Amino acid sequence: MNRVLPVLTVIGVIVAVWYAATVWMNRTWVYDQAARDGVEVSFAQLVPATLNQERPVLPAPHQVVTELVKSTFGMKVTSKKSLVYHGWVTLSATLLGFAIGTGAGVLLAVGIIHNRAMDLSVMPWAIASQTIPILAIAPMIIVVLNSIGVQGLLPKAIISAYLSFFPVVVGMVKGLRSPDAMQLDLLRTYNATGSETFAKLRLPSSMPYLFTSLKVGIAASLVGAIVGELPTGAVAGLGARLLSGSYYGQTVQIWAALFAAALVAAALVALVGVIEGRVLRRMGMAR
Amino acid sequence: MIWVILSLAFWAGAWAANVRLSHSAMVQSRAGRLAVPALFGVTILVVWEGMVRGLGVPGVILPPPSAIAARFGAELPTLWADFRQTFVKGALSGYAIGCGAAFLTAIAIDRSPFLQRGLLPVGNFVAALPIVGIAPILVMWFGFDWQSKAAVVVVMVFFPVLVNTVAGLAASERMQRDLMATWGASYWQSLLKLRLPAAMPFVFNGLKIATTLALIGAIVAEFFGSPIVGMGFRITAEVGRLGLDMVWAEIAVAALAGSAFYGLVALIERRVTFWHPSQRV
Repeated sequence: MNRVLPVLTVIGVIVAVWYAATVWMNRTWVYDQAARDGVEVSFAQLVPATLNQERPVLPAPHQVVTELVKSTFGMKVTSKKSLVYHGWVTLSATLLGFAIGTGAGVLLAVGIIHNRAMDLSVMPWAIASQTIPILAIAPMIIVVLNSIGVQGLLPKAIISAYLSFFPVVVGMVKGLRSPDAMQLDLLRTYNATGSETFAKLRLPSSMPYLFTSLKVGIAASLVGAIVGELPTGAVAGLGARLLSGSYYGQTVQIWAALFAAALVAAALVALVGVIEGRVLRRMGMAR
Repeated sequence: MIWVILSLAFWAGAWAANVRLSHSAMVQSRAGRLAVPALFGVTILVVWEGMVRGLGVPGVILPPPSAIAARFGAELPTLWADFRQTFVKGALSGYAIGCGAAFLTAIAIDRSPFLQRGLLPVGNFVAALPIVGIAPILVMWFGFDWQSKAAVVVVMVFFPVLVNTVAGLAASERMQRDLMATWGASYWQSLLKLRLPAAMPFVFNGLKIATTLALIGAIVAEFFGSPIVGMGFRITAEVGRLGLDMVWAEIAVAALAGSAFYGLVALIERRVTFWHPSQRV
């Protein structure tokens, strides 16, 4: 509990700085308006004028929250202005891609620990690929898949899968290798076969590593889905809201989409965390 | 058809060679350890080339590696200009500012456990968010040129470096700090001579994570608006013209730049934290 107060303080400071920055960054527009009308604005008039603009340079926090609430609860879910609709478009691509990427990653990790040649040849590339800005190929994947007739959810999901794939491979290989020699020797004295060792020792002991990578992977998946929505020309999804907002100068809309994306990311990571807690407790590995 | 068969034969041969290599004594040596992944990489290129040629895949879907290499060679000046715009101006300057600011912030809040307890959860939370989304806002504020890209990079690298540095400053052991106290070391002496060196493995962990983020931030920010030069601009423009060999050439540049940047930071890390167990051979 001794963390609540400091965290609240930090958040309070951030909000205060944000309000101050709102006044400072939006004042030019107010001064311009006043100069055009030939009136002087005092500081007391300036503050409310900067905090409630239609298209501010920096929207105030309450404007963002209002827009977020309005476009989340105030619209019909099927409406094109509803953030629930756009959020779901992004979320479904994220989850599909995450499932594909995680499944493929676990399979490759199993292959890697059972095949020495595969380990030596694939592993260095899997590690090196983490230093590469993979996200750069997102536009190409979208357009290429589009030109061979694959549209909608799948291209975005493939980018998500690609981004979550490598963290899962690296973490899972580490996890499946985590049993020490003593434990492996014990199973050998039990005359356990390779698949029994895998199911009863390697797989359970890889779980903490798997969940750590899953948290990284699901955050990366969401980024992949959002960036994957950019080149399709702002049709649907949180990324499309960001892009159309930047086309039309709707700053409040951009910030609301950004906050929605942040909330989705936090919810996804928290969900994986809750599942992690449950699973590890059931398996007697909770710390 | 002959291309397909030849490439599949090469694949089988290379795989057999890799299996033999990885079970032989060669693999203990450094050369053997490099040869196996190198052979695997070459195999992928050969199979890619063979399949694209053999199955007649059109160049607008997947160009063969030879076409990409040819385009790479022909467009070197363009690629170099894009590289300078995105990597040197956008990513590197943002990386330096962001990492520097995070490092100084970490030292500034080092004396206040209250701020640390508050900032660490917030920092961890922000590090998991899709910060790339801030790109359209920063492009509006700082214009289309490299300044907005550097700003995106600053925001992206700040929190990972901050969280790691704060964790690192807490990494020295109680005994070591007590020893400094018995020598009458001041706060700054103890910071400079014990706690900062002890924090370096953590700091470099953050710096390494930040290298990839910096490139991603600089490239993705260009998707939201850029001058007519830059890696992200070139990728979107050439995708629109279906010049996929140029896109792949840019991706090759991004991959090379990304791994070279990471390698450079890892090299500096090895020099600075030579004492750490993970660096001893």
